[in-house]
Amino acid sequence: MTNSLPPKDRVKIPRQEMPTEPPEVRQHDFHEVNLGLTTIQAHAEAARCLECRNPQCVSGCPVGVKIKEFVALVHDGDYLGAAAKIREDNVLPAVTGRVCPQEDQCEGACILGTRFSALGIGYLERFVADYERTSGKIGLPKRAPSTGQRVAIIGSGPAGLSAAGDLVTKGHDVVVFEALHEPGGVLIYGIPEFRLPKEIVRQEIDNLRAMGISFETNVVIGKTYTIDELLGEEGFDAVFIATGAGLPKFLGVPGEHLAGVYSANEFLTRVNLMHANQFPDYDEPVYDCRERVVAVVGAGNTAMDAVRTARRLGASKAMLLYRRSEAEMPARQEEIHHAREEGIEFVTLTAPLEFLGDEKGRLRAARCQRMELGEPDASGRRSPRPIPDSEYEIELDMAIIALGTGANPLVQRATPNLATNERGYIVADAETLETSRPGVFAGGDIVTGGATVILAMGAGRQAAGAIDAYLKSHPPRQDSPAS
Amino acid sequence: MFEIIDARWLAADVKRFEILAPRIAVKQQPGQFVIVRVHDHGERIPLTIAGSDPTSGTITLVVQGIGKTTRLLNSLEAGQAVLDVVGPLGNPSEIRKFGTVVVIGGGVGTAIAWPTARALHEAGNRVLSILGARTRSLIILEDELRAVSDTLFVTTDDGSYGQQGFVTTKLQELIDTEERLDHVLAIGPIPMMRSVADVTRPHGIPTTVSLNSIMVDGTGMCGGCRVLVGNQARFACVDGPEFDASEVDFDVLAQRNAMYRSAEQDALKRFEQSPARDLDRVEHACQLAARHPEVNP
Ligand SMILES: Cc1cc2nc3c(=O)[nH]c(=O)nc-3n(C[C@H](O)[C@H](O)[C@H](O)COP(=O)(O)OP(=O)(O)OC[C@H]3O[C@@H](n4cnc5c(N)ncnc54)[C@H](O)[C@@H]3O)c2cc1C
Ligand code: FES
Repeated sequence: MTNSLPPKDRVKIPRQEMPTEPPEVRQHDFHEVNLGLTTIQAHAEAARCLECRNPQCVSGCPVGVKIKEFVALVHDGDYLGAAAKIREDNVLPAVTGRVCPQEDQCEGACILGTRFSALGIGYLERFVADYERTSGKIGLPKRAPSTGQRVAIIGSGPAGLSAAGDLVTKGHDVVVFEALHEPGGVLIYGIPEFRLPKEIVRQEIDNLRAMGISFETNVVIGKTYTIDELLGEEGFDAVFIATGAGLPKFLGVPGEHLAGVYSANEFLTRVNLMHANQFPDYDEPVYDCRERVVAVVGAGNTAMDAVRTARRLGASKAMLLYRRSEAEMPARQEEIHHAREEGIEFVTLTAPLEFLGDEKGRLRAARCQRMELGEPDASGRRSPRPIPDSEYEIELDMAIIALGTGANPLVQRATPNLATNERGYIVADAETLETSRPGVFAGGDIVTGGATVILAMGAGRQAAGAIDAYLKSHPPRQDSPAS
Repeated sequence: MFEIIDARWLAADVKRFEILAPRIAVKQQPGQFVIVRVHDHGERIPLTIAGSDPTSGTITLVVQGIGKTTRLLNSLEAGQAVLDVVGPLGNPSEIRKFGTVVVIGGGVGTAIAWPTARALHEAGNRVLSILGARTRSLIILEDELRAVSDTLFVTTDDGSYGQQGFVTTKLQELIDTEERLDHVLAIGPIPMMRSVADVTRPHGIPTTVSLNSIMVDGTGMCGGCRVLVGNQARFACVDGPEFDASEVDFDVLAQRNAMYRSAEQDALKRFEQSPARDLDRVEHACQLAARHPEVNP
């Protein structure tokens, strides 16, 4: 049943709206905000696709998901077929359908967007992934016969997971080492439940386990084992470093040590990984936000996640402090929109200069400066500059710094001759992602700096291909326990 | 899952555990720590490794029951297990030949100072140890520390054992009587470490302290453990835990460590009222095999 509507009628169908939990309700709980399209909506949305001969959306997708084909399968009602089509290029569709910045990628390139509104590709991706997930009929790829070769993957975020999935399918033995007690990387400790339910991440990881990947949590590479040990006595033939960009950046202003000042990583980890929102049933505490004023410094996805989390923890006032204006905010549009609906205040063109504390060392206020926008800088965004004599104080109980992250040096420090750039990120070949150490590959945020889930997954896939080729040209080790 | 092989009381509220963690046991160096989560609703807390036996694959932890998690840990016995143990984390203590070294252990800090004292002794230093506690019953590991010291001094606040006074009283005496002291290592409660720093600073004696800030991941990912050293923010888990005492801002450390006080008290009260809820969440090593056959084939 192909789409028989003529294009002029297709463009008349309005873009389907994502059903959401009402803001009055959701700002008090951690349930997912987006509820997912209904079957009728998905069908209507799929019918909007113009089925371009040369689909721009696919070039807009960092991993080249076959969007036109999967959307046609949705239109035909073959949801499992559509999911399988996405899985050919993307191993975590239920995740990316929720967290990709589609407006900058596939949907940004969609031709419908120029005169009408772009096809809801993310919504459709999520729809089929959820259908597949709840059907219990996930089409896991078949495993090639065992090669007897072993690959160690360091880090279980999207880069590590996608490399692991591909490598195990190619017949290699794959062990994923994770420093934390639960695998998933940012998907588990960073992105909140209301945007990405942890159940989904856990299920994806269970699928990978079912494919034969083993996960070893509580192992910090660089401490528990070094890379040299992995390639030596531990009997691995290749290593993929996917440790992310997990080093929180601070402002470097006075008073940042005060009790009540957090990095977004710490705040989100306490709530997401450690369930501090369920204290005292869970033991890990977090500063009590109830009836308090909370400010988050920054305006990216992490800042939005932190400020919306603070709201849900009961903050009477939850605001963002941002140096530039709203137009420059790097967060996904949907996040900005949802935050506003939840009553988040956007304090723009403002930069904190200092945090002020009380006699017990607890945060009580931030001294801020107003900013104005100058000419566009190298990144194309208009750069902020301070307005003289514009300092003022904002009273605060809690401040969360969400200015992005840098490279965590643990692995690099413990690995001789592993080349890094001036900012501490690992240098990897653009094609093969191989590092300066033979047999050691790296990808995801630890190479690019903080980026996106889909780019990290793309890097994982790219590395898996290169590692497979490397292993083929380096026959199994004689001393390998698996051979 | 990490099985408790042996658990023994050293003093009221202080328990010594031998925990099966072979990977950590072969790697551990004096001064390093692990992060422990007791059960699946637990918090992550850092505990310094007091020693290890690579042959049996065990690490030694000495735990003082202060808050909920440490009290819960101390109610566990051999045969039970803790869910997560990760490490060894942090930088090892600096071990080299300094000359004459004073090692000061206050309360449970003694357990942390002990392996470093041993390593310093083996490196050819003359080790003078000062073991301090409020009262005699809280003195732990006296024989162990004596065995790795050239001389061991004991001080108690109430004079019930050893010399009456604080560790700093003894330290001042040593500064006055010894020809030279090349290095001081002090591990214990914050007020004790602060006083030691105040005593050695005017004499310019290099002094190291081990900071017990609140941690989550222990790998540099959250920054919750940050301390001010020389007015710079440093992460205790990856830049420390040992720092130059003369540069540490102990006020900030104490203030940050007090951040969750009321939640901690609340949690402790709930645990004391109904410990069963937590104890039921703790895994038993023998149930382990039954529930997870893949772990123990
Ligand atoms: C709060 C937040 C919100 C975000 N929102 C979005 C979004 O909406 N859309 C989007 O596309 N992107 C988003 N991002 C960015 C995205 O999550 C990252 O780009 C992506 O997760 C990077 O994947 P990765 O696999 O490289 O690393 P990570 O996901 O960071 O995973 C790295 C893993 O390695 C582990 N590790 C680190 N060091 C070691 C070691 N030495 N030994 C063992 N394990 C180690 C870490 O514990 C971690 O689990 C967000 C990021 C954050 C922090
Ligand atoms: S404990 Fe998280 S950075 Fe040190």
